[in-house]
Amino acid sequence: MVQIVKDILAAATLVFGFTSLVLFIADAPVLDAFKHIWLGSFASTMKFSQVLAVWVPLILCSCGLLFAFRANLWNIGIEGQVIMGAIGGMAVLRFPGLENPVLILTLSFIAAMITGGAWGLLAGLLKTRGGVHEIFGGLGLNFVAQGFILWLIFGPWKRPGIASMSGTELLPHKLWLSSPPGWRIAYAGLVVAICTLILTWLFLYKSKLGLKLKAIGKNPRAALLYDISPEGYYLLSIIICGAFAGMAGFMQITAVYHRLIPAISSGYGYLALLLVMLAGYRIVPIPFLALFFAGLNVGAIQLPIVLQVDSTLSGVIQGCCVLSALFVLGMRQRRKQL
Amino acid sequence: MDVEFQHISKRFGSVKALTDVSLTAKQGTIHGLIGENGAGKSTLMKILTGYQAKSGGDILINGEKIALKTPDDAAQIGIGMLYQEPMDFPHLTVLENFSLGCPAISRERFTASLKHLAYAFGFQLAPKRRVELLTVGERQQIELLRLIHCETSVLILDEPTTGISPAQKALLFPALKKLAHEGMTILLVSHKLDEVASLCDEVTVLRHGNVTHHTNAPFHFPELLEAMFGAVPEQKEKPVARSTGNAVLSMDKIQAGGERQGLQLNSFTAKSGEIIGLAGLDGAGQSTFLRLAAGLTIPAKGEIQLFSTQLPKSKKASRIAGNLQTVFLPADRLEEALFTDISLSDHFSLRDKKSSFWQKNQKNKQRADKAIQTFSIKGRPADTADDLSGGNQQRLLLALLDPKSRMILLENPTRGLDIRSGQWVWEYLTQTLSSEACIVFSSPELDEILHYSDRILVFYDGKIVLDSLTAETDHGSVAAAMTGMTGKEKISNIEQGISNVE
Repeated sequence: MVQIVKDILAAATLVFGFTSLVLFIADAPVLDAFKHIWLGSFASTMKFSQVLAVWVPLILCSCGLLFAFRANLWNIGIEGQVIMGAIGGMAVLRFPGLENPVLILTLSFIAAMITGGAWGLLAGLLKTRGGVHEIFGGLGLNFVAQGFILWLIFGPWKRPGIASMSGTELLPHKLWLSSPPGWRIAYAGLVVAICTLILTWLFLYKSKLGLKLKAIGKNPRAALLYDISPEGYYLLSIIICGAFAGMAGFMQITAVYHRLIPAISSGYGYLALLLVMLAGYRIVPIPFLALFFAGLNVGAIQLPIVLQVDSTLSGVIQGCCVLSALFVLGMRQRRKQL
Repeated sequence: MDVEFQHISKRFGSVKALTDVSLTAKQGTIHGLIGENGAGKSTLMKILTGYQAKSGGDILINGEKIALKTPDDAAQIGIGMLYQEPMDFPHLTVLENFSLGCPAISRERFTASLKHLAYAFGFQLAPKRRVELLTVGERQQIELLRLIHCETSVLILDEPTTGISPAQKALLFPALKKLAHEGMTILLVSHKLDEVASLCDEVTVLRHGNVTHHTNAPFHFPELLEAMFGAVPEQKEKPVARSTGNAVLSMDKIQAGGERQGLQLNSFTAKSGEIIGLAGLDGAGQSTFLRLAAGLTIPAKGEIQLFSTQLPKSKKASRIAGNLQTVFLPADRLEEALFTDISLSDHFSLRDKKSSFWQKNQKNKQRADKAIQTFSIKGRPADTADDLSGGNQQRLLLALLDPKSRMILLENPTRGLDIRSGQWVWEYLTQTLSSEACIVFSSPELDEILHYSDRILVFYDGKIVLDSLTAETDHGSVAAAMTGMTGKEKISNIEQGISNVE
C-alpha cells in the first residue's frame, strides 16, 4: 500500500517535471500553464462537472479492465468495445416508433452493454478458439470498430444532405440524459459509475467468481485441477469488460456528445489501461487516479486558447503523463526482479 | 589429459549436493558417471565446466591444481561439454554454429574442417542448412565436431542418447570410442546401464552425492544397480493387503506425446483397491501416464476408460475425470496444483464444489484451520501457498483432496518430504482414504515403490517394460528394467555398430 502511494507520488512528480520541460521548450509560461490547467478543471462547478464527465467513462472502462486483468488478460480491445457500445446504443436511439424516453434510454443502455460485451467476446473467442493473443486480436478489432463507425457516420447514418466528421445528427433533447442545471454531467452517469465501482469491488474481492478469476490469472494449469475451466472464465471476464466499456460508450452518446462522432471513445479505453496499471490492478486508487487524469485532460483543453500555444501541446502533455506512468511501472517491475 | 577430482563437496544452502567426491578420469579412456536422478552427477560436471563453484576440494588436470571460475576458464583448458538439450543457435546454419566459439579462421577453412571431420566420423551434415530444421541427433553431431575442432581434450557427455535415433546412436558410439582411442578424456554421464556397458572403460557410481562404487570393465550389473539404488532393503512389514475389485481404469493402444519419448502402450487395466507404483528414470513416460489417466493429456491414438466411461479426446476429459472422483496431485505443486498469492483459506474456497456467490471467508478459514491441525501444516489460513515449504505444500494438497476420491493419481507424492512426513503421507493415503480407491503413483525412489505398491509398472524410453505384482518381482529386476537391461538385443546392436566401424 505504501509502495503504491510512493509510486503515485513518483509518477506525479515526473508528470509535472516532464510537462514543465515541454512547456519550457515550447516557450510557454510554465506556471501559468499549470494555473490554467487547474482553473480549467477544478476552479468552477461547471468545469468540475466536465471533469466528472470524463471521470465516468474512465471509471467504467477501468472497472471492466480490472476483471480482465484479474484473469491475466490484456484487453487492449477495450477501445473498440467502447465504440461498439456507442454504436449499439445509438442504433436503439435511432429506432423509429418508440415514444417513452425512459424506455428507449434503458433499451439503448442494455444494447450498448450487449454490443460492447459481444465485441469483447469476439476477442476472447479469437484467443480461446483461434489461438490469437488477446492483444493482437483486440488491436485488430479496434481498427474494425473504428472503420465501422466511420462507415456509419459517412454512410447510412449521415446527416440528411451532408456527411461530415462532426458526426451524426444531434439527438432530440428528450433522449439526453438529464444534468443538474449548469452542470455538464448527467446524474445517471455518476450513479452508474459509482454503482459499477461498488459492484466491481463486491465481485472481485468478495465473490467466488472474483477468486476464480484470480486463480486462473495466477495459474491456469492448476485451475484445471480445481475444475475451473480457464477458457470459460477468460470469455466471461472479457465479456464483462466489454459490457462495461459499452456502458462507457452509451454515456458518451447520451450524456456528452448527444450524437455519434468518429472519436466517440476519446481514447478513454487506452487511458484506462494505463490507469489500471498505475493503480497496481487494485480498485482503491482508481477513483482518485481517474480524477487526476480526467482533470488533466479537461484542464489542458483551453491552453491553446488562453496561452496561444499550439493546440497539439495538450496532446503532448497527456503523452508525458502516459510516459511517466509507464516509466514508474517499469521501475516497479525492475524492483520486483531485484 | 587426466582429470582428477579430489574430495569435492558442494552445498546449496543447507543441502549437501556432493560430499567428498573423488575420482580420476584417465586420458584415453571413457569414464562413466552413473546414478539415479539427483545423485549429483550434473552438479559435479557443472563444477568441471565452470558453471558452478565448488564448496570444497580440488580439481587437478595432469596432476596440477586448477581454478575454474567461469565456463570460459574451462574452455581455455580444453574442457568441453555436450549437453542433453542442444545448446546451439537454431536460426544459424550448420557452418555458422560450427564456427562459433573457436578462434576465427577463414570461412573456407571452417568449411574444409567441417567437411573433413564429418567425413571422418561418418556424419552427413549440409553446411548451409539452418540448424532448427535438423534433428536433435544431428545438432549433437555438429556440437561434437565443433568441440573437436576447438581442440577439446576433456569431453563431457550428458545423457547423449536422449532423443536421438538408433541410427544416430550407432554413429555416435564408435565416434566416441575413436576419440578416446586418439587420446581424448571422455566423461559420460548416464543412467542407462546398457550404454555405459558398451562404451565405458571405468565407471563411478554416485548416490545421494557420495561415491558409492568404482569399477573397471567388464561390469557386474547387480553390483552397479545396488550402488545406484541402494542395498536391497530388508523385508519391511507390508501394509495390509487390500482386496481388489472391478476394473476402474483401462487404456488401449495408446500413443501420446509428452516428456522426451512420449508414451506407447498396448493395453493396461487397473482395478479398484490396487496400489500401483510407476517406476522408471526421469522422463521415461510415468508422468505422461498419470496425466493421461487424469484427462490432462489427450492421447494421439487409443482409448482410455475411467469407471467404464470413455474419456473424450478434448479439453473436457479432465473435467469428466474429475467428476468421476479422479484426482491428480502433480510433483510440481506450485507450478501445477497451487496458486501463488492466494491464501490457504481461499484454496479451500476454490476446492469447494458447491456453487455459491460469496467466498464464505469465515467457513473456509475454519476449514483451513482444521486442515492445519489435522495435517500439521506449518502455516496460517491467511498465508499464501508460496509461503509454505515443499512438505507443507504437499500436506495442503492432501488436505484439499476429497476423501471420497476413487482414483488417486500421484506424481512423486513424497518429493521434498523428510522420512517422517513421507510415512505420514502414506499412512493417510492407505488408511484414511477408502480402501476401495485405486492409487497410482510414480516415484524416483525404488524403495518407496517396492514398499507401498501391490503392483509395479516399469517405464523405459516411453514404454512399459515390466508389469508385475510386487510379490512376484524384486529389487534387482525392477532396477534392471529401469536401466533398460531387459532388451539384450539392443546392446548387441550397438556393439555390432562399433565393431562395424572399427
